[in-house]
Amino acid sequence: MQKRPTSVAIMLATVFCGGLLGTRPAEAFMAYVSNEKDNTVTVVDTASGTVVKTLPVGQRPRGITISHDGKFIYLCASDDDTIEVIDTETLQIVDTLPSGPDPELFVLSPDGKTLYVANEDDNLVTVIDIESRDVLAEIPVGVEPEGMGISPDGKTMVNTSETTNMAHFIDTDSHEITHNVLVDSRPRFAEFKPDGSEVWVSAEIGGTVSVIDNASREVKHKITFEIAGLRSEAIQPVGVRITADGKKAYVALGPANRVAVVDTATYKVEKYVLVGQRVWQLAFTPDQKTIISTNGVSNDITFIDVASDEPVQSVTVGAMPWGVVVSPK
Amino acid sequence: MSIPAQTDAFASHLPRGFGLAQYGACLTGIMLREGLRFLNQRERFISSLVRPLLWLFVFAAGFRQVLGVSIIPPYKTYVLYEVYITPGLAGMILLFSGMQSSLSMVYDREMGNMRTLLVSPFPRWFLLVSKLLAGVAVSVVQVYVFLAIAWFWSVKPPVIGYLLVLPALVLAGMMLCSLGMLLSSMIRQLENFAGIMNFVIFPMYFASSALYPLWRIQESSPLLFHICQANPFTYAVELIRFALYGRIDWASLAVVCGFTVLFLGGAILAYDPAKGLLSRKRDTGGNG
Repeated sequence: MQKRPTSVAIMLATVFCGGLLGTRPAEAFMAYVSNEKDNTVTVVDTASGTVVKTLPVGQRPRGITISHDGKFIYLCASDDDTIEVIDTETLQIVDTLPSGPDPELFVLSPDGKTLYVANEDDNLVTVIDIESRDVLAEIPVGVEPEGMGISPDGKTMVNTSETTNMAHFIDTDSHEITHNVLVDSRPRFAEFKPDGSEVWVSAEIGGTVSVIDNASREVKHKITFEIAGLRSEAIQPVGVRITADGKKAYVALGPANRVAVVDTATYKVEKYVLVGQRVWQLAFTPDQKTIISTNGVSNDITFIDVASDEPVQSVTVGAMPWGVVVSPK
Repeated sequence: MSIPAQTDAFASHLPRGFGLAQYGACLTGIMLREGLRFLNQRERFISSLVRPLLWLFVFAAGFRQVLGVSIIPPYKTYVLYEVYITPGLAGMILLFSGMQSSLSMVYDREMGNMRTLLVSPFPRWFLLVSKLLAGVAVSVVQVYVFLAIAWFWSVKPPVIGYLLVLPALVLAGMMLCSLGMLLSSMIRQLENFAGIMNFVIFPMYFASSALYPLWRIQESSPLLFHICQANPFTYAVELIRFALYGRIDWASLAVVCGFTVLFLGGAILAYDPAKGLLSRKRDTGGNG
């Protein structure tokens, strides 16, 4: 059998190359995932895709974000009616902020000093000064506020109310609503384009993303989604993220188990990326090479390569992952 | 077959005084014959591709799990059903092709071509291994054409996987071809072959991990799960599946190597005129 030694050599080469493939070149960051059901935050190393630690936190953790210097995680502990502050070095809860009742989602101002919190049960947006821990304002908005977006210049904040089906534009100086824009049913999330020209608002029941012009404050386009073999009711847009260069948007489609990739110039869906079950929120790694989705029902997160828009890996986290944020290691 | 004039240093170590060059010429001759036969039978090429493509386009569409197949190694995330069955269909090509090349051996024997091959002064095992490699080479080409078409159907394994799958395909192909060869030694006439095919190909194909993850089978029937686990084709498919995604499944590699040795050894024994089964069938073995 002349060919045997050759085959063995090829197999050995395979072993070697296989070993090489196992290492991903991506830079290492830490992803923090809030697990709504088991009251934990899972810390995941994004380079190796391994769970580093699981922290017990307050009840029903949902919205999660990080200070601009990467030192502190802010976490909405919805059923504890508070915002917990987690030190990323020690991974201990070091402080809490007065959030008002049932905080669900929040956004940090571009200067990193102010948190704008949606209080789902009280139909309020609470404005918190992080340093003094003071509540600066409570802004009445529509019923069941959830989505929170802030313009890159920090002057305009957008809140969406799930039941009123509106995007409320709020002036961050006066803390007054300046415009109300009607969108489709159950708006969940608001995301500004990095140049501040547009706000993208997802509507869970409506199954659309409304693109609102920030100058005229009018809906200039509605993005719809269609996946062969799926009922339209299964397509429920939730989390939205736009790349730093403003060219591509990613929309989490809930029980459709897919993340839509949208060209921001044409508003056309370029691709649907298959991820885990009931995909909810999204976060980029700081190098923008990877976007991470939280998959609530399958209890995992999926890493999507931004260059190819291919799903790379899914990692099991806690029960019902809701939000995710990534910080430099 | 021309024998080059120069003497070969290795000649003295080889039986019957042949040099490596002569062995090479013999191997090339057999491979060329198999290749030519394949090229001349375009319908065979097309039909060998139509079968897995039907499974991919039609069967997988019918079974399409739009919400994704649960994660099992080597997949690191959710995949669609067509992605899952592609390695199984590559295995199917090797399985059918291996059986087809053994079918051709029964045909050769009936037509008398086999005698031409077997009266060659080269050792019998070498002739059989050459025939085997020729069959494997042809089926590996078919698999690559299939994978290329599947790529356009959004089955896109990592690029390196296409390279790494080659040794897995060769090994799995050798196992299945040598099984076919062993079977062909036991078949008296071409007509009997269809029955054996049904008793071998389909059970091997369906009772394997080619079409469904084994955990699913385990859920419905533990007995069937054990049958699938005992099926060498399962390991051929898993070896291909892992290699296509840049990984090695050592258990499958060991099982496939083991069965290749077993089947090939059996076939060599069976075709050995001194001990084999062939001698008993010599009177039915050809009318040419």
